[in-house]
Amino acid sequence: MASLHKVPIGKTVTVTKILGSGAIKRRIMDMGITKGTPVTIRKAAPLGDPLKISVRGYELSIRKADAKNILVE
Amino acid sequence: MGLTTIALVGNPNSGKTTLFNILTKSSQYVGNWPGVTVEKKEGRLRRGSTYNTDAVIVDLPGVYSLSPYSLEEVITRDYLINNRPDVILNIVDASNLERNLYLTTQLLEIGIPVVVALNMMDMVAKNKDILNADVLSAQLGCPVAEVSAVKGIGVVEAAKLALAQAKMAPPTPIKFNNAVEYALSQIEALVKKNSNTKKSARYYAIKLFERDKKIISNFSFSGIVRDKIEHIVKVCEAELDDDGESIITNQRYECITEIACTSLKKGHREVTMSDRIDSIATNKWLALPIFVLIMFVVYYVSIGSLGGFLTEWTSNTLFGTWLSGGVSGLLEAFEVAAWLQSLILDGIIGGVGAVLGFVPQMMILFFFLSVLEDCGYMARVAFIMDRIFKIFGLSGKSFIPLLISTGCGVPGIMASRTIESENERKMTVMVATFVPCSAKLPVIALITGSLFSKSAWWIAPSVYFLGIFAVALSGIILKKTHLFDNDTSPFIMELPKYQIPSLKSVMVHIWERSRAFIIKAGTVIFLACGIIWFLSSYGWDLKEAGQDGSMLADIGRMISPVFAPVGFGDWRAAVATLTGIAAKENVVGSLAVLLGHSADSSEMLFESVAGMFTPISAYAFLAFNMLCAPCIAAIAAIHREMVTIKWTLITISYQTLLAYAVSFLIYQLGSVIFLGAPVSIGTFTAILVLAFMLWLALRPDKRAQRVGIKL
Repeated sequence: MASLHKVPIGKTVTVTKILGSGAIKRRIMDMGITKGTPVTIRKAAPLGDPLKISVRGYELSIRKADAKNILVE
Repeated sequence: MGLTTIALVGNPNSGKTTLFNILTKSSQYVGNWPGVTVEKKEGRLRRGSTYNTDAVIVDLPGVYSLSPYSLEEVITRDYLINNRPDVILNIVDASNLERNLYLTTQLLEIGIPVVVALNMMDMVAKNKDILNADVLSAQLGCPVAEVSAVKGIGVVEAAKLALAQAKMAPPTPIKFNNAVEYALSQIEALVKKNSNTKKSARYYAIKLFERDKKIISNFSFSGIVRDKIEHIVKVCEAELDDDGESIITNQRYECITEIACTSLKKGHREVTMSDRIDSIATNKWLALPIFVLIMFVVYYVSIGSLGGFLTEWTSNTLFGTWLSGGVSGLLEAFEVAAWLQSLILDGIIGGVGAVLGFVPQMMILFFFLSVLEDCGYMARVAFIMDRIFKIFGLSGKSFIPLLISTGCGVPGIMASRTIESENERKMTVMVATFVPCSAKLPVIALITGSLFSKSAWWIAPSVYFLGIFAVALSGIILKKTHLFDNDTSPFIMELPKYQIPSLKSVMVHIWERSRAFIIKAGTVIFLACGIIWFLSSYGWDLKEAGQDGSMLADIGRMISPVFAPVGFGDWRAAVATLTGIAAKENVVGSLAVLLGHSADSSEMLFESVAGMFTPISAYAFLAFNMLCAPCIAAIAAIHREMVTIKWTLITISYQTLLAYAVSFLIYQLGSVIFLGAPVSIGTFTAILVLAFMLWLALRPDKRAQRVGIKL
């Protein structure tokens, strides 16, 4: 298992667990990033952070600091 | 029968506002929710032969969920639960079905009839997907209407459906798996037995299962009931190996995946236009140049060329010559008392006119911003710039407010509204006016012309750098204070598809934003201008007095000792600074009047001003006037965004304090270093102040340790 922020660009992975609690965890899950969901890393912003990912057919921008809470395989 | 209330609920970017504008047409009311900055919109359903019921439509903030963690979400759910509208019209972006239905599953369990309006079906067709609305309706257990908000198709039918549904029984909520349903039914029974909550019992049961603190505090359960609920949740959590909140979220998405599977047939997805645009707009190498180019055009047109011209025309020609001249002629014709003429012409038209002069400039800016926002580029700006602004406790979305502030701080502050995170929004409001606005330019010109030789070309740019430095320093200092340590909301932002903005929606945006400003100019600023005129025209004996015999002059003399340590103990400089609160360009006018010049005789004015200062104290004076509390119009805008008096006071006190500290450092240290002044107590104090500021900036950030990550 690895954190989402370390997944190479272009790869599609499956979410296995969301770490953390409270607002951050809930917000990540509210946006549809739940256990078993495929997530594709689309690109990083020109300065390296945040990341652009696609999940459930739409696109999201997420800071690496927040992506660290998402475990994938 | 009373009015039927229809609540409009949906995700951001789902087309909710467009739908609201169609349904209400002209009769809408925009206000704030009590105590918060989120706008509350209400409108009467447009009457026509199509409806035979009178109805009110309430546009609730765009939300993704009904969690307790964001202001918009709490407002939305509190409104639905406490005000109990007759029916919920849920706008769903059909091209983004799964995430939109997530909110729908939550609305279905509140116990209020729900009608789903499926928007953007044309996008579904474009993606070669097929969505069966009837199957979806059967699975959700509520009526589903297809609409196109942009084209206005199906909207009336959806409203009719909602009106009819208002009289029906509420829908059956989505069922979760057996373990969760078992736990929920037990909690629901406990809620019904131990409180007088009859409606929305399932909603409350789910919230208690999620351990929603805001909901728990609503109930006054005994310790035994609390323990029972906690036990039920714990058993279920152990069985499913997750926390209550995550179990519910997972369950919802599992149900949704199933619904999407049967109602939506995915076609072969091709690379869309939006994908192609984005691959250029956020390209690793092209993103920043494109961004700079777009911003330059926006800035050049709205603040530089066209906007600058219009502002000058409005202030000088429209208000200055035509209105002022016309009114002056009228007043004289009716032989109105001289003092009243002065109040109306100098106080009101002069003061309010100076503020209203910015309206055309703002409208052009708002036009560009609305277009950029509606087409989807603004989210990309935040995406591109976030890495830089994050360092200063700001967000990528803070860039726009700061850019606008170089023209005028008022629209700059107002533009901060699009920042979702409360902390980053407040921080942006606090630092926006550090950027020198166009009204501060005459002050820079005066000081440069008076005390620095023509070769000192770097003075004006240095003031901009000072402003940017103040923004950065404040961000670093403030984000570590307890004022900003409650933020746990992550920066997760939807990147919506690019689309062509609708002219109507852009116009509505411009109007709503400008209106707030014009209303302020007509009320608060109107009053403030009158007061400042009065103080500067009369002595304590209420007899007319020149600027140097006025109450304001006395107040200036009284407070001038305060400014001695920062280099301008001269009372005229103090008064000039005070009048700057009405409008920053007043600093120049006041100095001219107090020194006995007309504003035109710039060479002589330069000489007189040069006599008041040393180059160092002049720069300290300039720095203070650039950074201190902004003009009354900007203060009013700060108050509008901050809402509470407390935060408004914190903001202007912080700004003034920082201005004082910076000019104190410049004067005390600068005099010793550049002018060879003797080292004094002031020098040591300055070193202490500098050390304190460095400590504030460099001390470790407790928050960073919690959410921190090495990048």
